Amino acid sequence: MAVTREIRTKISSVGNTQKITKAMEMVAASKMRKTQARMRAARPYADKMRNVITHLGRAHSEYRHTLMEERTALRSVGVLVVSSDRGLCGGLNANLFRELLARMKSWEDSDVRVELGVIGNKAAGFFGQIGARQIGQTVGIGDRPGVDDLVGIVKLMIDAYADEKIDRLYIACNNFVNSMTQNPIMEQLLPLPESTDEALKFHWDYIYEPEAQDVVDHLLRRYIESLVYQCVVENIACEQAARMVAMKSASDNAGQLIEELQLIYNKARQAAITQELSEIMGGAAAIS
Amino acid sequence: MANTVHIDIVSAEHEIYSGEATTLFAPAVMGEVGITPGHTALLTRLAPGVVRVQTADDDAEQTFYVSGGILEVQPTVVTVLSDTAMRAEDLDEKAVLEAREAAERAFHEQDARIDYAQAQARLAETAAQLRALRHLRKRSGRS
Repeated sequence: MAVTREIRTKISSVGNTQKITKAMEMVAASKMRKTQARMRAARPYADKMRNVITHLGRAHSEYRHTLMEERTALRSVGVLVVSSDRGLCGGLNANLFRELLARMKSWEDSDVRVELGVIGNKAAGFFGQIGARQIGQTVGIGDRPGVDDLVGIVKLMIDAYADEKIDRLYIACNNFVNSMTQNPIMEQLLPLPESTDEALKFHWDYIYEPEAQDVVDHLLRRYIESLVYQCVVENIACEQAARMVAMKSASDNAGQLIEELQLIYNKARQAAITQELSEIMGGAAAIS
Repeated sequence: MANTVHIDIVSAEHEIYSGEATTLFAPAVMGEVGITPGHTALLTRLAPGVVRVQTADDDAEQTFYVSGGILEVQPTVVTVLSDTAMRAEDLDEKAVLEAREAAERAFHEQDARIDYAQAQARLAETAAQLRALRHLRKRSGRS
């Protein structure tokens, strides 16, 4: 009897776990819809900003900003890593970190220093543990970050670039393809990639108010901020989608486990009954 | 077809307005500017204030509040990239008044802990929001 009770407690504990994972799956599914909507809402600003920046790249300005110029020597690179704050979202963060570690290794092999800017608890924990060089970190941004939550870290990275502490700036985050697929990507933020479009090549320039330097500086900082914001919002949508899928497979696995245990339990119960019966029969035979 | 220019007003979190218009007024840092179709390329920063859009169907004017940002003008398209933008109808007057009072208090208190510049910026923002509201009220009172 002891065996059957053990199995029964195991079944109920797996059942409880299944309830939790199912609830988390549903929470993630509803959050995913909201975060996806937010991701889409943020897109127009980023698109319009990109248009303006492309226009600016084609304008024949008398003033060239430091953020737009390619540096000849590559001594160190900065990478902004965007991760989730919480775990239980499958291999989302692990895939991103693996990709990034491979890039970091190849940079370090060619004597390029790597400085990190970390967004999200998971990246902070991971890169803190392996002892990577960090310029700054932002953790606990929650599910609905505002641009102001990210301004600090972005400013740190841009200032590091302007002070020539880093010669290039990348961002590493997850790209939302659909709710089943998220890909880790790395994009170059600084210097701004040169526009190769040959259209609009005739000579023109903006009227700047108040000063070209002031306006362009402000605009470029906003541009980087909006790109980073876009990446963070997208990463949150990825996180919810990945969590939904992970929790769904966890619930399925729990269901399978319960089925198997139930079978074992039935067999054990049957064996116990058979044994008891044969004991009674044996006892009765001995008396008569 | 009337002479119009395409206007996009976006904030970091949403798209606010997109459509054709005959004139746009925006609070540039060097003073308010009015943009009509065919304006030369212009790039300027915006101060907190009221953006007004006049559309082709003559009397319709729309009012928006922006907390600052960037205005880009191309001959055929005008883009307002604002930090935060709202339709004036969505502003809550009571909340704005409270925010202004708080900002004024912070501004007048000679306390080393508060950031003077920040209080000043906050004050400018609330003043701009109130202007947007007043503007809206005047229009609705007239029609």
